[in-house]
Amino acid sequence: MRDTRPMTVSRVLNTPLIAVILYFAVVGAIVWMSYTGAQQMGYNWQWYQIPKYFYSFTEDGFQPGEILTGLWATIVLSLTSFTLATLLGLGVALLRLSGLVVGKGVAVGYLEFVRNIPLLVLLYLFYYVLGPVFGFDRWTAAVMTLAVFHSALISEIFRAGINSVSTGQWEAAASIGMSRAQAYRYIILPQSVRFMLPPLTGEVVHLIKSSAIVSVIAVAELTTIGRNIISDTYMSFEIWFTIAAVYLALTLALSFGVSAVERRFQSEV
Amino acid sequence: MLYYFPYMKPEPMAEMTETPIIVAQSIGKSFGDFNALTDVSLTVHKGERVVVCGPSGSGKSTLIRCFNGLENHSTGTLSVDGVDLYPDAPEIRQLRQDVGMVFQQFNLFPHLTVLENLMIGPMKVRKLDRVQAEETARKYLERVRIPEQADKRPAQLSGGQQQRVAIARALCMEPRVMLFDEPTSALDPEMIGEVLDVMVELADTGMTMVVVTHEMGFARKVADTMVFMEAGRIVEISPPKTFFTNPKTARARVFLDQILEH
Repeated sequence: MRDTRPMTVSRVLNTPLIAVILYFAVVGAIVWMSYTGAQQMGYNWQWYQIPKYFYSFTEDGFQPGEILTGLWATIVLSLTSFTLATLLGLGVALLRLSGLVVGKGVAVGYLEFVRNIPLLVLLYLFYYVLGPVFGFDRWTAAVMTLAVFHSALISEIFRAGINSVSTGQWEAAASIGMSRAQAYRYIILPQSVRFMLPPLTGEVVHLIKSSAIVSVIAVAELTTIGRNIISDTYMSFEIWFTIAAVYLALTLALSFGVSAVERRFQSEV
Repeated sequence: MLYYFPYMKPEPMAEMTETPIIVAQSIGKSFGDFNALTDVSLTVHKGERVVVCGPSGSGKSTLIRCFNGLENHSTGTLSVDGVDLYPDAPEIRQLRQDVGMVFQQFNLFPHLTVLENLMIGPMKVRKLDRVQAEETARKYLERVRIPEQADKRPAQLSGGQQQRVAIARALCMEPRVMLFDEPTSALDPEMIGEVLDVMVELADTGMTMVVVTHEMGFARKVADTMVFMEAGRIVEISPPKTFFTNPKTARARVFLDQILEH
């Protein structure tokens, strides 16, 4: 069937051929500008050096390079912090919803404190103040900082998720004699997971990205590794592009994985 | 309770006892400035079927929700099954296991199957094992005539079926009293009958029931006592024969005329 609508600018731009040409023109322009910019500085590109930082083969077989080791550290750091942040966040959310004046006060105080100081300052607090006092090593300080910082955001996600379950569910649970804890465990939380999964994924991605900040206390994760390689080789362009791409690959893979899980959840309910 | 026409009420009289199970003495409840209940006194005996009616906003639901502590009355005394209810009374949880409740909006657990909806209370609260809980659940599903829906999710059932599941869920706790808060108000007209049938059968087993409803046909059939409320007060307590033929209060007469007209 012939489309008889008048040709507008947006329709012309949306024609497949023109859209593809424009897309590559834009990407090409950005690449060309960076390249010529670097050339003008007289930058000496050494991309051929990069693969060895990922992996190498020796007589002993496959050897992970520094970047892979750093990536692994970032993953472990993020997972540990996220697990801890989730537990803390759940605790804070439950305190806040507990109906106890003290509980609510403590929760709100904690949230306001954590949300209103910069992540970097929180990290310094854990590393330079609480670290010496309680004897944390840098890894522990990093995990605690990320966990505490993200627990505030996660507790809000939990609170919203819990509140999105209708009060009728609480009443039904209460009417068969369930305690508040049982109602949470068997009735409310299983239903709120569906509401919480999308924002929680966003939070994992956020956490992975903010984990880069622990490089300032020299925890050996991806960003620190990048800095170390550059201080040895001065290949700052190649390495930062590479590190950025590794973060991007990690977070995109995660997002795709979770949206697949989400679709299964949606179809089940 | 004294009936003026005892020959019209053969069976229920025999089953009803004089053991009070719910005793409300001049209870009141206010939400801010609004008085939802004022000076309400009502005694429900073991085996008695009480139907509470009245215009919307008259406090019927609030009253019935006080009976299992979903609302806390603010004044007066209320004892249910020998337990004095007051806010956060530690016995409330125990009491709720013995007082079943059916809600207007069903409030089934959407993430569980029908069978799991029925089993979760007995298993987690009564601590029955899975086999016993499933046996009870299937028995009551049979009783509400939907055994074939056991493995479906609530959302896959019709409204009438969902409400019958909700009744079965309450019965699985083997309650001594059943409270119904407008159980058919959210249903399509053609599904009201199937739910009322189940409730009539339940009444025939001698269950103590307090039912908030506008279904006057049902009330005529099963009620031992009619309670009429308006503006948070009980205006009239009468046996159904009196209530439907010759209500004591003018307000009840107007109400009956309005709802029986159509």
